Amino acid sequence: MSAVALTTETVAISAPRGRRFAPAVYLTAAACVAVIVIMSGPLIPSFLASIKAPDDASASPPDYLPQALSFANYEKVIGFQAGLATYVENSLLVALMTIAACIALAAPAGFGLARFSMRGKEIAFLVLLAPIMIPYQAILTPLYLDFAKVGLVNTHFGLAIVHTVLQLPFSIYLMRNSFEAIPREIEEAAMIDGCSAWRRLTFVFLPLAVPGLVTVALFAFITSWNEFLAALIFMSRETSFTVPILLVSVRIGHHGAVDWGALQASVVISIIPCLAIYLALQRYYMSGLLSGAVK
Amino acid sequence: MPRSARLRQLQGWLFALPALLFVAVFVLVPLGQPIAMSLTDIKLLGGSKFIGFDNYFRIWSDLGFWRALRFTAEYTLILTPILMGLGFALALLTVENTPLKRLTRTIVFLPVVIGLSSSSLLWFWLLDEQVGLFNKLLVDLHVIREPIVWFVTPNLAFSAVVISITWKVVGFGVVLFVSGIQAINPDILEAAVMDGASYWSRVRLILLPLTRRVILLTTPVSAIGSMLAFDQFYIMTSGGPRGQTFTAVYWIYQNSFVLFKLGYGAALSIVLTLIILVFSTLQISLTARSEPQ
Repeated sequence: MSAVALTTETVAISAPRGRRFAPAVYLTAAACVAVIVIMSGPLIPSFLASIKAPDDASASPPDYLPQALSFANYEKVIGFQAGLATYVENSLLVALMTIAACIALAAPAGFGLARFSMRGKEIAFLVLLAPIMIPYQAILTPLYLDFAKVGLVNTHFGLAIVHTVLQLPFSIYLMRNSFEAIPREIEEAAMIDGCSAWRRLTFVFLPLAVPGLVTVALFAFITSWNEFLAALIFMSRETSFTVPILLVSVRIGHHGAVDWGALQASVVISIIPCLAIYLALQRYYMSGLLSGAVK
Repeated sequence: MPRSARLRQLQGWLFALPALLFVAVFVLVPLGQPIAMSLTDIKLLGGSKFIGFDNYFRIWSDLGFWRALRFTAEYTLILTPILMGLGFALALLTVENTPLKRLTRTIVFLPVVIGLSSSSLLWFWLLDEQVGLFNKLLVDLHVIREPIVWFVTPNLAFSAVVISITWKVVGFGVVLFVSGIQAINPDILEAAVMDGASYWSRVRLILLPLTRRVILLTTPVSAIGSMLAFDQFYIMTSGGPRGQTFTAVYWIYQNSFVLFKLGYGAALSIVLTLIILVFSTLQISLTARSEPQ
C-alpha cells in the first residue's frame, strides 16, 4: 500500500503551495543540502585518501586533497597476503550462495504463509522469525563445533549457511508481505485455468513479486558481503578470508603502525559493490522494502 | 474438514517446510547446545568435563561481564532515542517527493548499504588525531584548537562510536518513517490545514499518533541491534581504553574465541539471550497494549 502511496506526488504535510511561507521553503532546502553534505561527507575523503601516495596518506596533519594521483595503495591491497582476488572471490561466492539460499527458502515459505490457510500458521511464522530475537552470537559457537565435525569450517558453503541464518527472517517477512499484496483475483484466475500450486508460484506470483525478490537478494548480498564476526570465526585460513577480514588485517602496516592509505583503498573496494548495486537497483529496492516492511 | 481444504493446508505446509527445517537445524538445535555446553568446562582444544552450574556461579562474580552488560545497556539507552528521534526528524524533512528531498533520502540511506566494518574503519580513520580529517576540519574551522584524541578516554571513545553508528544506520529508520507518514490518508492532513492547525500541532497530533505502529516496530528492532553491538567496538576501540568499552557480545567473543573458554562463553551467551528475550517480550507486550483496539 505504501508503494502506491509513494508515487502520489503531493503529500499534504506542509501547507498548500500558495499559502506557504517562502522562507520555510528555503530553510528546508538548505537543511536538505546540509544533510546531503554531512551524510556523503565521510565517503569522499576516504576515496581521495585511497588515491594518495602512501606517505601522503599517512601525513600528519593530513591534506584534504591528494598531492599527486597514485595507485600504490591499491597495488598493496591487490597483492596483500593471498591477494585481493582471492578475498573478493571468497566473498562473492559466499554472497551468491546466501542469495540463492534466501530466495530458495523464503519465496516458497512466504508463498505458503501468504496464500494458504493453515492451522498454526502464525506460530510457524514466529518460529521462522525467531533468529531475529536471539543473539546469533549465541549459536555461533555450537555451529562452529558442529561445522568443525563435518568439515564445513573454512568453506564457502559453511559461511553461507550462517549468513542465510542471519538473513532468512527478514527475507521471509518480506516475501510473505509481497505475496499478500497480490490481488486474490489473479490467483483465482490461475486456479480456474487449472494451474497447480507450484506453477502458480513460479509463473504467477514470482513474476509479480520481482521488487520483493530483488530486495531479498540485495539485502542478502549486503549482509553477506559485509558480515564480519562469523567470517572472523569460521574462516581461519588466510586463503579463505573474506573482504571484511582483509579490511581489518590490512590496516596493520610495518612495525604495527597503521597503513592508512591501504586501509582507505580497501574500504573503498569493500564499499563500491554495495553502493553500485544500491544505486542501480534503487527503484526495486525501495518499493520492495516499503511494500514488504510497512503494512 | 473438506478434502480440498485439507489438501490446501498440506500444500501450504509443504511450501514452508524447507525454511522450517533450515531454522530447526541451524538455529533451534544449536540454540539448545549451549545449554549442555554451559554445564561443562569445554575448551576449544581438548576435552570437557561436567561441572554443573559452576559457569553460572562464575558469571555472578564476573565483574567484567556485568560491566560490559551495563556498558551495553548505556549504549542502547543513549543510541536508540538518537536514532529514532533523528530518524523521525529527517523523515519529516524529506517526506515530500520533490527531487531534492528524494535525493536527500537516497543519500541518507547510502551508509545503510555499506558494511559495518567498512564504516567503522572509515570513522576510525576520520577521527584519528594524527591523520584524521574530522579533527583537521574542526581545527581549520576554529571549532577546536587541538585535535581531539578520541580513543584514549572511555567517554570520547563511546561518543566516537555513537557518531559513526548514527551516520551508518539512521537512514533505515528514515525510510520506514517516510513510508509510514506517506501512508497516512492525505485528506486528514488537508482537513487539519483547513482548520488552521500549525505545522507542529499537525506533527504532534496527526503524524506521530498515526505512525506510532511503525515507530513501535522499529524501536525494539533497533534496540536489540544495539544490545548485540560488536563489530564497531572490536574495530574502533578494541574494548579499550583499559577494557572499558567491552560490550556483552564482545565479552562473550573474548571468552569463547580469544581465551578459548567455550563452556563459559556458552553460559554467558545463554544469560545474554535470556536478558534479550525478557527485554523483547516486554517491548512486544507494551507495543501490543498501546495498539488501538
